[in-house]
Amino acid sequence: MGANLQKESGPREVFCGLTSIVWLHRRMPDAFFLVVGSRTCAHLIQSAAGVMIFAEPRFGTAILSERDLAGLADAHDELDRVAKELLQRRPEIRTLFLVGSCPSEVIKLDLARAAERLNDELHGRVRVVNYSGSGIETTFTDGEDGALTALGPLLPSTDERQLLLVGTLADAVEDRLIHLFTRLGIQTVRSLPPRQSTELPPVGPGTTVLLTQPFLSNTARMLRDRGARVLSAPFPLGAEGSRRWMETACRDFNLPADRVAEVLDPLERRAHQALAPHRQILQGKRIVLLPESQLELSLARFLQRECGMELVEVGTPYLNRELMAEELALLPEGTTVMEGQHVDRQLDRVRDSHPDLVVCGMGLANPLEAEGITTKWSIELVFSPIHGIDQAGDLAELFSRPLRRRQRIEPALHPTTLHPTVHA
Amino acid sequence: MRGVHYVLHAPQGDTYADLLFTMIERRGERPPVTYTTFQARDLGGDTAELVKRTVREAAERFQPEALLVGESCTAELIQDQPGALAQGMNLTMPVVPLELPAYSKKENWGASETLYQLIRNLLKPQVPDQPQHDTQAWKAEGRRPRVNLLGPSLLGFRCRDDVLEVQRLLTVHGVDVGVVAPLGASVNDIQRLPQADLNVCLYPEIAESSCSWMERNFGIPFTRTVPIGVGATHSFLVEVHTLLGLEPPAADEGYQRSRLPWYSESVDSTYLTGKRVFIFGDGTHAIAAARICQEELGFEVVGLGTYSREMARAVRAAAKQLGLEALITDDYLEVEAAMAETAPELVLGTQMERHSAKRLGLPCAVISTPMHVQDVPARTSPQMGWEGANVIFDAWVHPLMMGLEEHLIGMFRHDFEFVDGHQSHLGHSGGSGADTESPTTSNTDQAKTATGLAWTADGEAELRKIPFFVRGKVRRNTETYAREKGHLEISSETLYDAKAHFKA
Ligand code: SF4
Ligand code: SF4
Repeated sequence: MGANLQKESGPREVFCGLTSIVWLHRRMPDAFFLVVGSRTCAHLIQSAAGVMIFAEPRFGTAILSERDLAGLADAHDELDRVAKELLQRRPEIRTLFLVGSCPSEVIKLDLARAAERLNDELHGRVRVVNYSGSGIETTFTDGEDGALTALGPLLPSTDERQLLLVGTLADAVEDRLIHLFTRLGIQTVRSLPPRQSTELPPVGPGTTVLLTQPFLSNTARMLRDRGARVLSAPFPLGAEGSRRWMETACRDFNLPADRVAEVLDPLERRAHQALAPHRQILQGKRIVLLPESQLELSLARFLQRECGMELVEVGTPYLNRELMAEELALLPEGTTVMEGQHVDRQLDRVRDSHPDLVVCGMGLANPLEAEGITTKWSIELVFSPIHGIDQAGDLAELFSRPLRRRQRIEPALHPTTLHPTVHA
Repeated sequence: MRGVHYVLHAPQGDTYADLLFTMIERRGERPPVTYTTFQARDLGGDTAELVKRTVREAAERFQPEALLVGESCTAELIQDQPGALAQGMNLTMPVVPLELPAYSKKENWGASETLYQLIRNLLKPQVPDQPQHDTQAWKAEGRRPRVNLLGPSLLGFRCRDDVLEVQRLLTVHGVDVGVVAPLGASVNDIQRLPQADLNVCLYPEIAESSCSWMERNFGIPFTRTVPIGVGATHSFLVEVHTLLGLEPPAADEGYQRSRLPWYSESVDSTYLTGKRVFIFGDGTHAIAAARICQEELGFEVVGLGTYSREMARAVRAAAKQLGLEALITDDYLEVEAAMAETAPELVLGTQMERHSAKRLGLPCAVISTPMHVQDVPARTSPQMGWEGANVIFDAWVHPLMMGLEEHLIGMFRHDFEFVDGHQSHLGHSGGSGADTESPTTSNTDQAKTATGLAWTADGEAELRKIPFFVRGKVRRNTETYAREKGHLEISSETLYDAKAHFKA
């Protein structure tokens, strides 16, 4: 393979897996996410979820106190009490996620046992599962991988022939993709996570899995263990990636190639039209992606192949070579792919290479802008409907917008010549 | 601060805190913080070695004049003693180890303790055997008196502009500002602190322990009045002048220099009289707000509370003066319940109270942290001094319905555009008070079953005629009255009886 794979370690600037709660709670409104952690964890979620937090809380933090640290027995009693109070106050909750954090992992609080105990006591009214979103074990989107894996044992079994789309999608994107797959001839298409935590899709030997997101390593393993076949494909970002992704499923379902082309060709033509204005801006521009979500490789592939950008460095917090094989194969020969991070050294490299655009987290975005380097803050990519052929234009727009903005306002805000005053 | 770097022993992920500075404060530089960002696989190995490596790298790369070393909540559990480790590394700059118990203390305590430790460590060599200090030394030395401004920081409420305003205020009175700290201060500035004649403690939550340490060790007194509000600014000036041996300023300076007094006196403000206000925030801002509401705007304070336990005593005293019981809590649900209970017409609080007020359909203004990005505005907007009072007048009156609209809605309740609860000056339909009924109604539904009280149709109809912003209060009073009298039903007559009863 052509990419130049490197590794780096040192100080990192990334979110922990707790952050995944910010979008998962919207995907499954009947679930509640109870973090077992410290004030720091509570503060993280509040800062990240900002205004939404008090509209109708669907997540909270059981804050460990000094007493809990002293005795684990106390901590378990306390957790039971908090969970029961919560469920009393919110009787409509159907699934309770106990989310582990760094403090709870370090003191070895057994949340799996706690979940089991609560399950027994609540027999069936509410299902309690647990996963870790701690910073020491998970980075940002890994949290979703943990949550989906935790749902594994609850998925019913089936032999039915079906396509399972795995990974959170925006509602509209999900509807659109399911519609297209049905038009292509796949009758049963289901999603994990579902929109209601009680409507979990079944899984079994007849199940073909398409991962919609690249960060689902453990979920993929869990589904394989349940007998499903997990397809290897590029991820559905951009027109090309999405098309290859869909075609992979179609081949697995033995759909006639001409039928597939008949449905997808017009979509692809329209996508190219939508991409054109953005390509004009992005073409030839040099880009660095810093590690954040594991979406970086797929984005880089899209930006290089469909928007004509030049890849200076592609960072990723974690590289699953097997899941990313197809993406790696599509990257140009010699592309630097950096797994892990030493944030200071990486920033030195960014400054040295002075790229046209840097995709980075919000802790770095404004400081880089102040140095005159245009940035695209990366978290937005997790909150935007970017999947599928029809979304290719919108996805490109997320990257062209900061460049357009700078072109538009820079001359006025940084005048280089002194205009002489005009006297009438 | 400048030239001070912080090495924080923390798990990967805790760097989210950078966003508070780069996004909410909109800073164009990375915070001077290096995190060790340990991961699970490091825990099996030598995390102490990781601390040392990080300290060494940070010291080399950033070459700070002083280094703070501390731990996050998770690091506290693994006990690597990073402060002691760093002190043993023979670094060229002073190292200040921080012990911040994450499981019992909170943000403001941490800021206060850090400033205190930094000042104590850096000034230790200068401490005299006998604290002696003359606040009037400036006279003999033939220079203007000089004060330090202590307390302003990033992520504080409007600190940027408060500093400018207080600086201007003091300069007008012939007083120079020596050092401002921690905001923008360098290690050298900290070392110059003892050269001032007086310390001005602008934010007690952050600076009181440092001020009192300097008082004990150098004999430098510090001011206790925080100049938020016209009255408080005047008291503050009197305090500063007296301590420095200056003639206190004229009593009407506030009237001359701030617009709040005249705006509040002018007839347009008459309708503000007796508006019921609920106040919650940090101790300093809550106490200041109570005084302004009561004495300068003519509101009635119906609730006062704080989440600053360190300020509990002062807030209790302030509440007692208003005939209230202070609410000391950090549980937002408790605050929301108290808010609903007192049925105010205006809420002055933090970002959290904004959420609660929205849910209860009450007008609200933010007076204290925690805050969001909109409370770090581009325009100059102090809370302190004469201009601060102007900003406050605008900000607190704006969410209220304007006088004329209030009258007309009270008279004609059948309009198709200006409906109940509508505030057309806020430029949207179905204004912020529009859904005020729903929460109150559900509360009384419970009350009904609990107490057996029932509103008759004509009682309900009469209640709906009460302007929406006092309706909650009238409902509550009437129910209290009915209960006292042993009525089971509430008709329009009961409502009028209650009204007369409570006015009498
Ligand atoms: S990194 Fe760990 S301690 Fe920090 S917020 Fe995330 S889970 Fe909590
Ligand atoms: S103001 Fe917003 S970000 Fe700040 S603590 Fe409150 S909810 Fe969180």
